[in-house]
Amino acid sequence: MAEAIRLTYEISPDDFTRAGEASSDVKKKLKSLGVPPEAVRKVSIAMYEGEINMVIHAKGGLITVEISPDQILMILADKGPGIPDIDQAMQAGWSTAPNEIRSLGFGAGMGLPNMKKYTDEMTIDTVIGKGTTITMIVKI
Amino acid sequence: MDKFYHSVKLEPELCKGCINCIKRCPTQAIRVRNGKAQINSKFCIDCGECIRICPHHAKTASYDKLDVMRQYEYTVALPPPSLYSQFNNLDDVNIVLNALKLMGFDDVFEVSSAAEIVSEATREYIRSHEDSLPYISTACPSVVRLIRVRFPNLIPQLLPINPPVEVAACMAAARAMEATGLPREKIGVFFLSPCPSKVAYVKAPLGTEKSQVDHVLAIKEVYPQLLAYMKAVENDAEEISESGKIGISWGRSGGEASGLFTDRYLAADGIENVIRVLEDLEDQKFANLEFVELNACNGGCIGGVLTVENPYVAEVKLKRLRKYMPVARSHMGSEAEEYVPWTTGVQFEPVFRLGDNMMESFARLEQVERLCKRLPGLDCGSCGAPTCKALAEDIVRGEASERDCIYYLRENLHKLSREVSMLSDDIDGGIKGGREAFPILMDYIRRISNEMASLDSRMNEQDSDE
Ligand SMILES: Nc1ncnc2c1ncn2[C@@H]1O[C@H](COP(=O)(O)OP(=O)(O)OP(=O)(O)O)[C@@H](O)[C@H]1O
Ligand SMILES: [Mg+2]
Repeated sequence: MAEAIRLTYEISPDDFTRAGEASSDVKKKLKSLGVPPEAVRKVSIAMYEGEINMVIHAKGGLITVEISPDQILMILADKGPGIPDIDQAMQAGWSTAPNEIRSLGFGAGMGLPNMKKYTDEMTIDTVIGKGTTITMIVKI
Repeated sequence: MDKFYHSVKLEPELCKGCINCIKRCPTQAIRVRNGKAQINSKFCIDCGECIRICPHHAKTASYDKLDVMRQYEYTVALPPPSLYSQFNNLDDVNIVLNALKLMGFDDVFEVSSAAEIVSEATREYIRSHEDSLPYISTACPSVVRLIRVRFPNLIPQLLPINPPVEVAACMAAARAMEATGLPREKIGVFFLSPCPSKVAYVKAPLGTEKSQVDHVLAIKEVYPQLLAYMKAVENDAEEISESGKIGISWGRSGGEASGLFTDRYLAADGIENVIRVLEDLEDQKFANLEFVELNACNGGCIGGVLTVENPYVAEVKLKRLRKYMPVARSHMGSEAEEYVPWTTGVQFEPVFRLGDNMMESFARLEQVERLCKRLPGLDCGSCGAPTCKALAEDIVRGEASERDCIYYLRENLHKLSREVSMLSDDIDGGIKGGREAFPILMDYIRRISNEMASLDSRMNEQDSDE
């Protein structure tokens, strides 16, 4: 198997206006690599939702993306409050997003369900008070 | 340049003199005189309501034609976010931007990119000026013009920041000069406008001495051509977009406020709603607000009269388009800073005042009150003014006469005919001698036929509406 391309992004919690930039960069790179459009779309949506969650619900963190010829792996690790009830968080419509950002279209409680929907594998490891790591795979 | 320059114009040949526009105009700027509408340029705020309502298409907006591009060596297009909302199934802004280049523009500078900088500056301004909250958005020129003529108490609360289109024009012009080395006058900066209000803004700016926008095109006029070029771009659109969620959201009502990250805001759209909010603001009915966003058009800029899509459909498209965009892509930097703040203020223009000084105004106000009691109070519009009160004000200003009211004329006729019949009774009864009574009777008949002629001419004006 050919070597994987590895990209890492430090997600800053301080500047909300930059949220989503990492996913947009990954999208651009995948396109230029000639990854099939359907996979590009899935990755950019899933990573976008995860990245935004890291900024809104956690205190930022680190995203690692590994691009191989057969799959794209995304690891989103934050040191936020953790998710107390994963089943509840996974429900469409469940959201604890603050009011100030709802007019921008956030807070529909659709992020996690969409991440699940657009990826082939997704696991959530979360420890209350310590942080959350979400691992997602999109097959090419 | 005339500070009351307007884009909204009347086409006299098409005007039938009906009362649709006089009734709809939010500043009562239109009168029908001699069978044609006339727009009072001091009252008009270029909101475009009369364009929307006129069944005969006699109200139009003036704007530039695409071929003025040829006058320049280098051209830049400034597409606003409202433009992006006009297309079906658009999921990549870059298609529009590249199509504009194919159309012949050398460069594009997104208004939504400048909007993100304006949002940032607004957040900062509010944070450092918490003393006189709330601030009122100054992005819609019609709203600023309305405040300038009708709500002087609210002028200090206007956000003293240039609208995104102006910041975009300044940045685009600077970038073009740097890239080409051309002098400013060889570079043409073109805004693709959703409304006549921005056309007027460019000629008669608010908060700045001179606008850096050189020409304004209408979205509805560029649309068909642009659509064709978009097909040519299809999927290999070069990534040139520099805006995200915040910038794109500016196209619709509530969008500007959403970029301020506060829920202490109010957003109203549609000129009638805007007026209601301004009245309540004047009466200090709101507590705890940081920001008031006001858009003259329903739905915000996407509802402008120079757009093609229904504003509610356009809003759905805009929401879809922004869905997976980064929160923002443009940030305040040294290249933008100097273009953001207003350089001149906005002054109260007391155009609705009845007299030149307080005493005169007061005396005239009393006259208006007295006149209003005499007028029928039906607001029928037959006199050419939208309401009986507006007619009374016109009369007091010397611009109309009581005889413009058909009810007044009718009443007069009744009175005259009563008097004639009394007179003839008198003659019949032998109280007055036939000979002396004759000239008096003649005079009455002359007056009656004059009044009849006057009434007829008013009726004829109305009949020609049909
Ligand atoms: N990284 C995280 N750390 C802590 N809590 C999280 C994290 N991601 C999600 N959550 C919790 O799960 C809830 C649901 O997340 P989800 O992404 O589905 O919706 P949302 O972010 O609230 O709204 P939307 O994504 O539609 O804008 C969030 O409101 C939040 O309470
Ligand atoms: Mg989310």
